[in-house]
Amino acid sequence: MFGFGILSGLLVLPLVGAAFILALRGDSPAVRSNALWAALATTIATFLLSLVAWSRFDVASPAFQLVESHAWLADTIRFKLGVDGFSLPFVVLTAFLMPFCILASWTSIEKRLKEYLVCFLVLEATMIGVFVALDLVLFYLMFEAGLIPMFLIIGIWGGKRRIYASFKFFLYTLLGSVLMLLAIMAMYWDAGTTDIAALLQHRFAPAMQTWLWLAFFASFAVKMPMWPVHTWLPDAHVEAPTAGSVILAGILLKMGGYGFIRFSLPMFPDASLYFAPLVYALSVIAIVYTSLVALMQEDIKKLIAYSSVAHMGFVTMGLFTMTEQGIQGAMFQMVSHGIVSGALFLCVGVVYDRLHTREIAAYGGLVNRMPLYAVVFMVFTMANVGLPGTSGFVGEFLTLMGAFRANPWVAFIATSGVILSAAYALWLYRRVVFGELVKDSLKTMQDLNRREIVTLAPLVVLTIYYGVRPGPILDAFAAPTNALIASTQAVLGAAKTAAMLVQ
Amino acid sequence: MYQAIVFLPLLGFLIAGCFGRFIGARASEVVTTALLMVSAALSWVAFFQVGFGTGATRIQLMNWMTSGALSVDWALRIDTLTVVMLVVVNSVSALVHLYSIGYMHEDPARPRFFAYLSLFTFAMLMLVTSDNLVQMFFGWEGVGLASYLLIGFWYQKESANAAAIKAFVVNRVGDFGFALGIFLVFVLTGSVAYDAIFAKVGGLGEATFRFLGHDWHALTLAALLLFMGAMGKSAQFLLHTWLPDAMEGPTPVSALIHAATMVTAGVFMVARLSPVFEMAPTALIVVTAIGATTAFFAATIGLVQNDIKRVIAYSTCSQLGYMFVALGVGAYSAGIFHLFTHAFFKALLFLGAGSVIHAMHHEQDIRNMGGLRKHIPFTAAVMAIGTLALTGFPFTAGYFSKDAIIEAAYASKNPAHSFAFLATVIAAFMTSFYSWRLYFLTFEGKARWGADAHSLHEGVEHAGTAAQGGHGHDAEPASAAPHHHDDHGHHGDGHHAPHESPLVMLIPLGLLAIGAVAAGFAFKEAFIGHSYDAFWKGSLFTGQGNTILHDMHEVPKWVVWSPFVMMALGFALAFYMYIVNTGAPRRLAEANPLLYRFLLNKWYFDELYDFLFVRPAKWLGRFLWKTGDGRIIDGLGPDGISARVVDITNRVVRIQTGFVYHYAFAMLIGVAALVTWYLLRGGAH
Repeated sequence: MFGFGILSGLLVLPLVGAAFILALRGDSPAVRSNALWAALATTIATFLLSLVAWSRFDVASPAFQLVESHAWLADTIRFKLGVDGFSLPFVVLTAFLMPFCILASWTSIEKRLKEYLVCFLVLEATMIGVFVALDLVLFYLMFEAGLIPMFLIIGIWGGKRRIYASFKFFLYTLLGSVLMLLAIMAMYWDAGTTDIAALLQHRFAPAMQTWLWLAFFASFAVKMPMWPVHTWLPDAHVEAPTAGSVILAGILLKMGGYGFIRFSLPMFPDASLYFAPLVYALSVIAIVYTSLVALMQEDIKKLIAYSSVAHMGFVTMGLFTMTEQGIQGAMFQMVSHGIVSGALFLCVGVVYDRLHTREIAAYGGLVNRMPLYAVVFMVFTMANVGLPGTSGFVGEFLTLMGAFRANPWVAFIATSGVILSAAYALWLYRRVVFGELVKDSLKTMQDLNRREIVTLAPLVVLTIYYGVRPGPILDAFAAPTNALIASTQAVLGAAKTAAMLVQ
Repeated sequence: MYQAIVFLPLLGFLIAGCFGRFIGARASEVVTTALLMVSAALSWVAFFQVGFGTGATRIQLMNWMTSGALSVDWALRIDTLTVVMLVVVNSVSALVHLYSIGYMHEDPARPRFFAYLSLFTFAMLMLVTSDNLVQMFFGWEGVGLASYLLIGFWYQKESANAAAIKAFVVNRVGDFGFALGIFLVFVLTGSVAYDAIFAKVGGLGEATFRFLGHDWHALTLAALLLFMGAMGKSAQFLLHTWLPDAMEGPTPVSALIHAATMVTAGVFMVARLSPVFEMAPTALIVVTAIGATTAFFAATIGLVQNDIKRVIAYSTCSQLGYMFVALGVGAYSAGIFHLFTHAFFKALLFLGAGSVIHAMHHEQDIRNMGGLRKHIPFTAAVMAIGTLALTGFPFTAGYFSKDAIIEAAYASKNPAHSFAFLATVIAAFMTSFYSWRLYFLTFEGKARWGADAHSLHEGVEHAGTAAQGGHGHDAEPASAAPHHHDDHGHHGDGHHAPHESPLVMLIPLGLLAIGAVAAGFAFKEAFIGHSYDAFWKGSLFTGQGNTILHDMHEVPKWVVWSPFVMMALGFALAFYMYIVNTGAPRRLAEANPLLYRFLLNKWYFDELYDFLFVRPAKWLGRFLWKTGDGRIIDGLGPDGISARVVDITNRVVRIQTGFVYHYAFAMLIGVAALVTWYLLRGGAH
């Protein structure tokens, strides 16, 4: 049972691809093309393998499955992998988005292509590692290791202010991580293990929970990102190459939410309850504040980045409601946002590749030359706005419903976000796509080519499919959500009776 | 059969939308129109089966989402209320499809246009067949999307784009309330499906809910939040500003979406949720008051507008107010009946207006029309029929439904009922006046266009200013949108004589005219008469104490006659001012310049909202971005830290002199300090 299984395969496969690409020599067109095809093949194979994992997964069970455990640093610190309903969809999502990233980089990366691809494949391995790790140390390792390739991707292949952006990205995320490392050590001393499954059963003293919660929060809040530690994201997005933005928005942001659901909520239930109002406040501020900021942006990527912060606000709000709708909705929102915002950045990449500017003012009237692009962009804009029938709606609706059950004030303010999101998204669309085509630079724009159609079409289909039938993903979250709520209520209920006995 | 009714338009959308560029415009038109025709025919079958027989049913399509206690299905709920809406939506939609073949024949983007029309129809059908609030919300936002796309259909026009966004965002304000209403209903009843909700509301009579620091009567709060959605979609007072601007869309769109179907979704919603609203009397007062205010307020603006479509748009807004009055006083069936008849005559008026615009080569300003009856007699005739029906001329459709509402408003015990009665009666007078004003300025009198206008130059100025009443050539943005003048300059000087529209446009007009005459008489017994129970079969709920349907027949004679008198007075005044003494409007406007400008500028709502919401939002966005994110967060966060780090390193660099003995000396001091510290600490123990 504890041999090498599918999950280690998912970790190793991208690294094998990376090693192969590293072994290629020279910089001729043939080598470039070999490297690209190798990367594409690797990512597709990884995706197929993740589908195999999904098919072997029992959705009805809240337990960790496909578990493998290997000797590693010490008896108590093992190389343990496994997935449950919370993590598996993210593994699949990661593997799913990677081929699109490779496709999006097909022509746009001119220098150091091999290193670029290696960075992406290593990044994929670490991201999958984050979601499958069942050991705290392993999790931390993967969580931090992912920073390095992303740092390189922004710093080497980014735009004009890439150094500033990568520095900001690193500074913020590292600061949070240091605190998390301290918390992990404290947890080890307290529980005597770093095995996540065991830690989930361990009950930390409430006072200790508070500190641990804050330490983890520092790290996850930066990753989400939550207001007010969000300012690295717009800069990082703006400077990152298209594929980097896709991964950043699609996967890296989700690690924060995943962290909350894997550690903060189940391991520190008392602290989570205690700090829930803080999270609500930061979430609704994020939703309203960043939506307003998004309204005034002049850079397309920055606008979408700010809208991402707003959408992540729905996620944090939903998670801490501790209701079925809130948690499932938040998890679904993350998956949906991974698809939709990734797709939006791909859409920006399409026009960026042609015109090399992200200024909204440089565009206008694209629909006249690019009708197909206009349709695709419209679908994702509407998903971003949360139109029912697109995947964006399900998460938003469920998190808001959860919030309403937990605290109507929160829901009231957060729901106003749906008005603002419509305003900024449609205004962006109008300025970029609609109107007359008057600018000379735009008069030779070509509509989507075959590679771009292949890239965007599956995302369009999934966005609508999951809007109409969210079941396949939503149901995966159901079992662990119910288990989480039951265990939390048991713990909190016990605490309450204890408190009453004392009185 | 019901699946076919709902999904054939979707099929049409997919065919025209995905393959339109391959199969060509003609094929797209034919396919979508034919599918809609089938759907419409089946709807009538369903209407008679369910309305006059039995066959109410529920069809489960599939599960949408499940989370905890929340379970949302895709399902079709078929009862009398649904089939009434099916008939309205599909009939008008099919006729509009047909009409558009003629109206849009010059437009190169016809496949897209027909795809949008079919998409709209599908979303609207999902709305009216919804079995739960979330599916209704799906249809609700779906029609909003289609409306957005169709208003902005001519995306090269700045004004069209602005109007499209405005429509979507203002509707989202309403949807904000709708969404909160859904959440509250779920919290109260544990379900979002109608049957489960209706079963539970009876037990919630006195329940309260704490919301925004106030203890509310739970059902009142739920009803008010849901009604906010209805206000947005049905362009009621305060959330009405998008509807007149929506006239930027092609005219068939205005007929279908912004007159006959989508804007009545709010009315449908309140009627569908009548079991909830019946339990919330306070909410019903609000519904009545808002409806009455809208009926009055929109009519006042309609009096002075000069764009043919905007006059009709304000009339729509006003008539929707009537429907809400009916709902508010508990006469749900009267509201739905007016919805039903209104769909025919308002679609007729819009399509007739479209025929006029088509004839005049895209001229929309009625000041530049006149004397058109000789040139387009058929259009003039159907417009006259539509006007008669709208103003409630005896035995036309509007006569039965509108008078019923006024009588119900009088007979009601709702505290807002006298206001509602007064407002609707006065609005009836204004309706008659502006409708006939429109008719006279368009079809009667001297021609103020083309070659005739040039030979009668003096007369043009005179008649023109008379019609616009002292407004002169003041470039007020609130009057006709500027592009109309452009179009006029482009086409109008070509001296084309106005021409009657092709047959494909006239057939829908003729059919709608029949509906406008006969729909009231034919169905009044079923909707609001003796066959009420047999027809509705409980799909509209009325509480125990609600006897309005009985009371409204027992009102005094003068109440019964009042709308007719108002209609006659309105007609007489319009006749006097625009046929007999054409200088009168101008003198009247000059005598009351403030009032005139107030009305012409639509009570200054756009300016007010711009000042209250749009500009502050933009200012706040910029402030939070530049100051909040830039100065405060980044300034104190990463940028500040890095600046400090750079500061310190600069100082450190200054210490780095490069001389070894300096370093040695510094190390020595360090060691000394360390040793001292250890000693002191050790001593303390």
